[in-house]
Amino acid sequence: MGDVATASVRARTPPAVRADFPILATSRNGKPLAYLDSAATAQKPLAVLDAMDDYYRRYNANVHRGVYTLSEQATAAYENARATVAAFIHAPAPEEVIFTRNTTEAINLVAHAWGRRNLGPGDAILVSELEHHSNLVPWHLLAEERGARILHLPADFMGNLDLSRLDELLAQSVKLVAITQMSNVLGTIPPIKEIITRAHAAGAVVLVDGAQSVPHLPVDVQALDCDFLAFSAHKMVGPTGIGALYGRRVLLDAMPPFLGGGSMIRTVSLERSTYADVPQRFEAGTPAIAEAIGFGAAVLYLQDLGMDRVRAREAELTTALIETLAAIPHITVHGPTAGTRGGAVSFTVEGVHPHDVASLLDEENVAVRAGHHCCQPLMRVLGVGATTRASIAFYNTLEDIEALARGLQRVHRVFGVGQS
Amino acid sequence: MISEMYQEQILDHYRHPRNYGSLPTPDATFEDTNPLCGDLVAVDLAFDGERIADIRFRGSGCAISQAAASMLTELAVGMTREEARAITRETVLEEVGVPLSPARIKCALLGHKVLLAALYGVPAHDAYGKEPRP
Repeated sequence: MGDVATASVRARTPPAVRADFPILATSRNGKPLAYLDSAATAQKPLAVLDAMDDYYRRYNANVHRGVYTLSEQATAAYENARATVAAFIHAPAPEEVIFTRNTTEAINLVAHAWGRRNLGPGDAILVSELEHHSNLVPWHLLAEERGARILHLPADFMGNLDLSRLDELLAQSVKLVAITQMSNVLGTIPPIKEIITRAHAAGAVVLVDGAQSVPHLPVDVQALDCDFLAFSAHKMVGPTGIGALYGRRVLLDAMPPFLGGGSMIRTVSLERSTYADVPQRFEAGTPAIAEAIGFGAAVLYLQDLGMDRVRAREAELTTALIETLAAIPHITVHGPTAGTRGGAVSFTVEGVHPHDVASLLDEENVAVRAGHHCCQPLMRVLGVGATTRASIAFYNTLEDIEALARGLQRVHRVFGVGQS
Repeated sequence: MISEMYQEQILDHYRHPRNYGSLPTPDATFEDTNPLCGDLVAVDLAFDGERIADIRFRGSGCAISQAAASMLTELAVGMTREEARAITRETVLEEVGVPLSPARIKCALLGHKVLLAALYGVPAHDAYGKEPRP
């Protein structure tokens, strides 16, 4: 890592951003926290914590129910959050955004409500080898139930998808393409715009897993022309327990409910029900109101920073991270080392299991993830059982990366890496 | 600069595992993985009457899981079936002898789970139900 790169990144570090995240000022045994696991979950700024606290302290009431002022305030805040989230991804209308628990539930919603009605025996679902288990297992369950098949786009060890057979695969009765916009293991950004165009030409519907992309890239569902986009608040500085599904209005309107209960009905007799319009049709029961409000606050926080600036800052830090890792002997960095990629960087240390790497880093208060990252098919492509993953968010600093480097030198010393 | 978790006895068993390999004709054998991390341990046992005459383990995974399995084989060899069944989780963790977080305790106990399964001849997740409680 050169001094020039260091200076340029430092110069653009807005110190105010660090102060927005109380947890980043904590330390353990005198060692400041170096949080490099934002791909698992991001830290939360005061703006999000305060918005949720404010709801509980000042206007806690159920939504879409009461005629009293508090309930109207809560409903307005909940629906404002929906509009904020919708605008963030350039959805044509707020009603096209459904609040779910997380990305996983959003994908399951599509599998149940759209998939059961639109897939039959002999039909196929096309996935990629980059997918997280949450964008595989719901399709396995659906395929088993409906007698459908799973096809896949192969990835190479750099995380590049082989699109040479895409049209040929799509011609095999593919009704749905389910694909990530950013790998949670390698940071790879697949060319989903091209995949969506070719999928539509073949008559397939496309679901994009935006869990990793929406927090880190400007995402525009109209420019992408995707049919569904699933993402989670907690990876984009929002709370856990809330996520969103964007769906094209014409598809949502034709879909039956996902879960049944209160809020999602029009009329109910003892024998049957009729269902509410979207989005309420897909939001049974009392929703995660405080979390939705926190989600809205998180989006406003990111918009205030500007997603282009978030992207630029994270790209600089990711380059610094990769250069730092590459300069340490006996470390293999997996996936793309240059060019356009996200901030999830997987690596392995020769002769040391990723869990041991993560445990030793934890002793230095450096937080990283180790394991298969819910991507066992991709681990097989990489030829490893597991990796250690450091992942970047805009609030990270070069000091975090330096702490990681010091921790890895300690891993080398403790395990005698390179000495046998 | 010494690590709390990666003390010399752990690193020594990891680098030079005892009773490593397999038995040509084991009387009992079992293997299992930790689904969280993919760590694998397999154990072969040979009996002389009721006594464990020989034991071998093999596997792949983190230093904690492999070192703990290595230590366990040294503890179990020569024991009767009954004595080996009476080895508790607490005993294994005492043998390992370093502070472990809850996630890493699972790593340390993988070998124990597999040994009990081999001794009882049942799947590992059932074997933990049969283990005598302290």
